[in-house]
Amino acid sequence: MDINSIIPTLLALAWLLPLASFAAILLVGPRMGRAGKYAGYVATGAIVVSCFLSFAALAVWLFNHYPHEAHGGHGYEIVGPISGEWYSLAEFGGLRLTIGYYIDSLTLAMFCMVTLVGACIHVYSFGYMHEELHDVTDPLVTTSDGRPLRRKGRYHRFFQYFSLFCFSMLGLVVAGNAAMVFVFWELVGICSYLLIGFYHERRSASNAGNKAFIVNRVGDFGFIIGLMALWGSLGTFSFGEIFNQVRPVASEHHLIVPGGMSYWLLIVAGLGVFCGCVGKSAQFPLHVWLPDAMEGPTPVSALIHAATMVAAGVYLVGRFFPVFTPEVLLVIAIVGCITLFMAATIAITATDIKRVLAYSTVSQLGYMMLALGLGGWLAGILHLFTHACFKSLLFLCSGSVIHACGTNEMPEMGGLRRKMPITSITMLIGCLAIAGAGIPTMFGLPGFGFSGFHSKDSIMAQGLLFGSSNPGFGMIFFYAALIGAGITSFYMFRLWYMTFAGRPRNEQRYAHAHESPLSMTGPLMVLAVLAIVAAWSLPGTELGLKPLLEQARPLGTAEGAAGGMLLANVTVPSEHLAHEPANAARAEWSSFAVALFGFLLATAFYGLRKLDPADARRTFSPLYKLFYHKWWFDELYGFLFIRQVLRISDWVAAIDKYVIDYLADGSAKVTVIVSRADDWIDRIFVDSAVDLTARWTYSLGIQLRRLQTGNVRQYVMWLAVGLVAMFVLVNLYWNYAMAGG
Amino acid sequence: MSLITEPIGLPHFLVVGAVLFVCGVLCMATKRNVLGVLMGIELVLNGANLNFVAFGAKELNPNGIGLDGQMIALFVIVLAAAEAAVALAIALSYYHAHATVDVDRGDELKG
Repeated sequence: MDINSIIPTLLALAWLLPLASFAAILLVGPRMGRAGKYAGYVATGAIVVSCFLSFAALAVWLFNHYPHEAHGGHGYEIVGPISGEWYSLAEFGGLRLTIGYYIDSLTLAMFCMVTLVGACIHVYSFGYMHEELHDVTDPLVTTSDGRPLRRKGRYHRFFQYFSLFCFSMLGLVVAGNAAMVFVFWELVGICSYLLIGFYHERRSASNAGNKAFIVNRVGDFGFIIGLMALWGSLGTFSFGEIFNQVRPVASEHHLIVPGGMSYWLLIVAGLGVFCGCVGKSAQFPLHVWLPDAMEGPTPVSALIHAATMVAAGVYLVGRFFPVFTPEVLLVIAIVGCITLFMAATIAITATDIKRVLAYSTVSQLGYMMLALGLGGWLAGILHLFTHACFKSLLFLCSGSVIHACGTNEMPEMGGLRRKMPITSITMLIGCLAIAGAGIPTMFGLPGFGFSGFHSKDSIMAQGLLFGSSNPGFGMIFFYAALIGAGITSFYMFRLWYMTFAGRPRNEQRYAHAHESPLSMTGPLMVLAVLAIVAAWSLPGTELGLKPLLEQARPLGTAEGAAGGMLLANVTVPSEHLAHEPANAARAEWSSFAVALFGFLLATAFYGLRKLDPADARRTFSPLYKLFYHKWWFDELYGFLFIRQVLRISDWVAAIDKYVIDYLADGSAKVTVIVSRADDWIDRIFVDSAVDLTARWTYSLGIQLRRLQTGNVRQYVMWLAVGLVAMFVLVNLYWNYAMAGG
Repeated sequence: MSLITEPIGLPHFLVVGAVLFVCGVLCMATKRNVLGVLMGIELVLNGANLNFVAFGAKELNPNGIGLDGQMIALFVIVLAAAEAAVALAIALSYYHAHATVDVDRGDELKG
């Protein structure tokens, strides 16, 4: 077997194992041990084996394609994908729907990341979800008799959905064509919906599930338009064929408009696909669902709404990167820039620990989109991976805290450092990673730090380069990202100080708090290590995330592009130039200074309490209100869409009630009248005819029964008499007939 | 033409058969004893049998039904044997039920 068949086989196994686990738990989940206890082991076993298979596939890949420096001296040599089809679903004329694969180093890295983070979170869920093993009393839901709701535990169902999610996510990543991506795109959406609504008895949870699903529909509508634009003009869904047509070898992989397509259509296709990503990755203006999605259990928030599913949008933008024209890239950058800044500001004022992290996730996803939009393919994708590590870590830490305190509200916490040493240290590592802690380039030595340092600083470097290649408006992106980085550092350390430092603000909760069991702290430690080292390369080798991802860089995107047809003066700079020492050092130092400032500010406010947050709140009251009410997006959408939809629904309901119901009732009334008449005819005519026949038959029977005397000798006599009578009659008739005849 | 002056032929057999038949019917109609009634039945059957045999005899009736007559007579005898077995069983159970063999006492099915 060669590499072209080993890797797809390994990945297919890794992909289908969670499906098998899902099917098993679906069929016999409640009978797996007491209250479905072993369902957790089944699901975890599946994802752990998937993880090993993924890493085995990665090892095979690296064995065959060890990263080599490119000839030009910039980056690494690009290795083409392994693509093919496993199964052909249907063929309608030119439309082929297949289960195919398109495997390059990005796919492999995604597989390893999803399964590794997934395995950690599965193990963590043993501890976090253990109360679902028996009957649960939900204090947040009251039944009609005023008592808190008691319900059966849903332990197995949690793992069932988790397995389905892992299967869907891996399917999305391995997919070889856009149609298959769309199918799995929707599948992860439904898993997200099911898991947000895990506590569906809570009204807020079921609303949040609906919100997530409906908001994603808006994005998916754009996605479908994009897919139609691509398929209608190129006639294929397959990634390889699309990229070959848009960036053919003949034009040295520069973007051209293929025959049968206009430049406008190419923009529509790009914007459409990006629209789907906006929904899934919670970008402005469709970001509103993600914070509400925190209603789900914390492991769900960590796996789906931080590490993997929401990153699928970024992944897809990275995958479709060759198709995007400079105009589309600019739109992506603008959307990412607005998102990262806005979400970061909201995170400052939030007090719910998970909501802070949710807005932080939205903000970091904005960073990734910004990087991709500015031409920093590697920067954006690298941030996807590092973010997955440290954000899932942060969420799991918050889950550990929530588990200990029984509340999400940070003002109720404080001082937990002493009670929960492991959680507080791992969370500190997560905060340092997301803030991008590290030592910038100094004295000719390259910068070095936590995983977030490497990815965020490459985004900064790309922003700075974009600014200098596009004098005038270009620097806006860099400054926004820079301010965002400062805010990120501020709110993350605010979170840490409010939770772990200082004195306990609620003695009762503090007294109950305790360190979580090993099944929860173990994954925290693994993820903490990952959050530190994810972006490092093995010393002395080229084995690391960066060289690996460089191998998957879309052909022809490394050089940058000089303006599209509509915006001729936009230059998308080459990513390799961003790593020039002068540029990189400047970006690193700026972001280092800003992050340090954010850290110091947070320390002053919440660590040392030299400044009072309430003062700041009063001084910047309008801004505080804006941030506290999340820029009034929910209110705006409520006014613009929800109320309008409700009004239209009222109209429709009224039409139903007064027109359609009237018609239905009228026809029912007419039917009743006709039936009455029919009934009358039945009674008078038909019934009496039937009754008369019956009466005749009855009286005839009464008459005839007298003949039945029961006397055998009489019967014999009648027989004889009858016989003689017949003889006489026949003879008479005979004679008569003879005489007549 | 008188039967008495004629040589023995088909009509004589028919007359004997008819007499037997009528005797049987009268026996059935008048006897109150079950066994008497059964004897009447036998007489009726044998009267009919005599007719068949007479019609079947080549000497008496050259263009008649031939051996078919004898065959039917044999069937009737077999039938009569079976009938007698069943009828005697009925008679026995009738006696069990009514403690008598008087047929006039069995009028439960009176209308």
